Amino acid sequence: MSKQKNKLAGLQKRKAISGYLFISPFIIGFLAFMVKPLFESCYMSFCNVNLAAGTVTKTFNGLTNYVFAFRVDPEFNRLLWEELSRMMVYSLAIIVFSFFVALILNQKFKGRALVRAIFFLPVILSSGVIVGLESNNELMSSLAQTIEQSTSGISITAAMETILRTAGVGVRAYEKVFEVINNIYDVALSSGIQIIIFLSGLQTISSSMYEAADIEGCTKWESLWKITFPMISSLFLVNWIYTVVDFCMRSDNGVIEKIQKVMIDQQQYGNASAMSWVYFLLVLAFVGITSFFISKRVYYYD
Amino acid sequence: MTNTENNTRYDKLGFWERNKLSGGYLLQKKISERAVSIIRFILLFGMCFMILQPILNKISVSFMTEKDLYNPIVISIPEHFTTGNYRLAAELMNYRQAVINSLLISLTIAALQIAVCTLVGYGFARFEFPFKKFWFAMVILVILIPPQTIASSLHLHFRFFDILGLCQLITGNTINLRGSKLPYYLMSAGCMGLKNGLYIYMIRQYFRNIPGDLEEAAYVDGCGMLKTFVRIMLPQAKPIITSCFLFAFVWQWTDGFYSKMFLGNTKLVSTGLARIVDSLGAYIQRINGVKTTISVAYSNCILATGTLMIIVPLIILYLFAQRSFVESISSTGIKM
Repeated sequence: MSKQKNKLAGLQKRKAISGYLFISPFIIGFLAFMVKPLFESCYMSFCNVNLAAGTVTKTFNGLTNYVFAFRVDPEFNRLLWEELSRMMVYSLAIIVFSFFVALILNQKFKGRALVRAIFFLPVILSSGVIVGLESNNELMSSLAQTIEQSTSGISITAAMETILRTAGVGVRAYEKVFEVINNIYDVALSSGIQIIIFLSGLQTISSSMYEAADIEGCTKWESLWKITFPMISSLFLVNWIYTVVDFCMRSDNGVIEKIQKVMIDQQQYGNASAMSWVYFLLVLAFVGITSFFISKRVYYYD
Repeated sequence: MTNTENNTRYDKLGFWERNKLSGGYLLQKKISERAVSIIRFILLFGMCFMILQPILNKISVSFMTEKDLYNPIVISIPEHFTTGNYRLAAELMNYRQAVINSLLISLTIAALQIAVCTLVGYGFARFEFPFKKFWFAMVILVILIPPQTIASSLHLHFRFFDILGLCQLITGNTINLRGSKLPYYLMSAGCMGLKNGLYIYMIRQYFRNIPGDLEEAAYVDGCGMLKTFVRIMLPQAKPIITSCFLFAFVWQWTDGFYSKMFLGNTKLVSTGLARIVDSLGAYIQRINGVKTTISVAYSNCILATGTLMIIVPLIILYLFAQRSFVESISSTGIKM
């Protein structure tokens, strides 16, 4: 009996060792290229980094960099809040849009394969440098502005906005909604992966549930909220985290651009580190708090 | 028996008679079905058009001469058809060289990343070991940390690269790895490349869903851990590995951040595209001999051409691999 137990322990031990062997690349990489630079950049954010004559000299100067970022630098505060509020609105819009599209793409109709292929095209189109070129081109935006000025009043959303404003409906919230609608192209472009994830979730729901609900006299609208929604609620969490992270790492993000400008053009490594740490902590807190609230409402089927 | 009889009886009846028998329900259902499909068509057509329109627009602009760009009559079909834009953009981006470089780097990097991520993903999915939760939380952390946060110190890390102080002991100097490709390959081998945490996560989910019977049978028959992984589990994970490989390839192809940071000296399509407007300015200045400002429309035209040229290989790849892009992710059934 005891011998058998020993053997089991041996197998477990062997499994544990090979498990560690399997993930060892990650551990090594994590320690070498993540932990060390992370601590170093954390330390650098409290330092005055001087990169003269090929050597790095770090002199500790307390919170100066952070004070500089918030109190001295003219842009950082504004960019930070702008980006964070944009992130909230857009992430919500992306989640809603991709859920909606996934619902449609999950139905049966002619030409579904083609439509699916088109909707996943943004996975290619919205990656890397291409995003930055699309929306961040100064020339392009000036062109768009002139077009907007010359065609004012033609846009449907603008007309709707004026109607609603004269009707006296709450203005601030509607402005955000209209902003999102005007930039629906951006939303569609950045929701490729989210659509795939939602679609994969929708396909795992067994059709017998819908049939049962149908027989019991459930309308489509009710079964959407009582069956579909709870069944894929865990994917909302996954998608939310992915969207927020994706958004704050995009190359056309104002804060990221600012950090890169400070780091590469102005060579102020200390300031850049401080700014990126502020940004990172804020994003992390945002992700943590929101996913805590979402995960409370997530329903696990099995 | 009576049921089938009824059915055959109903089949013979015309639509309106059946409608009458059902008390109007049939007509109502038919109309609502038709309405839904029409609304769906309009919605989908609009959204597909929205996604495709910029590409179509770029295609039409890329064949226009500068004269056509200012001609208010010309909207989408160019009057003076030209392929000169393509030639110019290719020259500005150093296209042939850049494509070869990009292809080489994207392929090797993607292969390396996915090989390592598969190992790690398998390790997380199939083995029990102490601190597993902790390490997995670290994977999530890697997904969450924007690479920009550690960019500055990575910059310095590779500028004064050293393996545990060994090189300093031997030669008295640290190695300057900036400008070489080695750091990025090292990082990829350590799962710290572009979005590698995501690949680990996806591959782990996939392996978790494969039933473990085969694996256990292999163990019972005396197959080792590594051999089981290579011979039994890898063939089953082909779909997710192909799709992750495609993602890695595409994202590496268009990536600007890591390319600029680690591969600054190598000519790549992504960095070439990011600089194309500046190089256009330099090119025109070289020809004219005087500093001239390029017109907005023309530089945009060249930019559109360049973007198309960078996307085309990806779209061809996508057309062939569309299935594995989409279906394999659907089959992972990602669950938290």
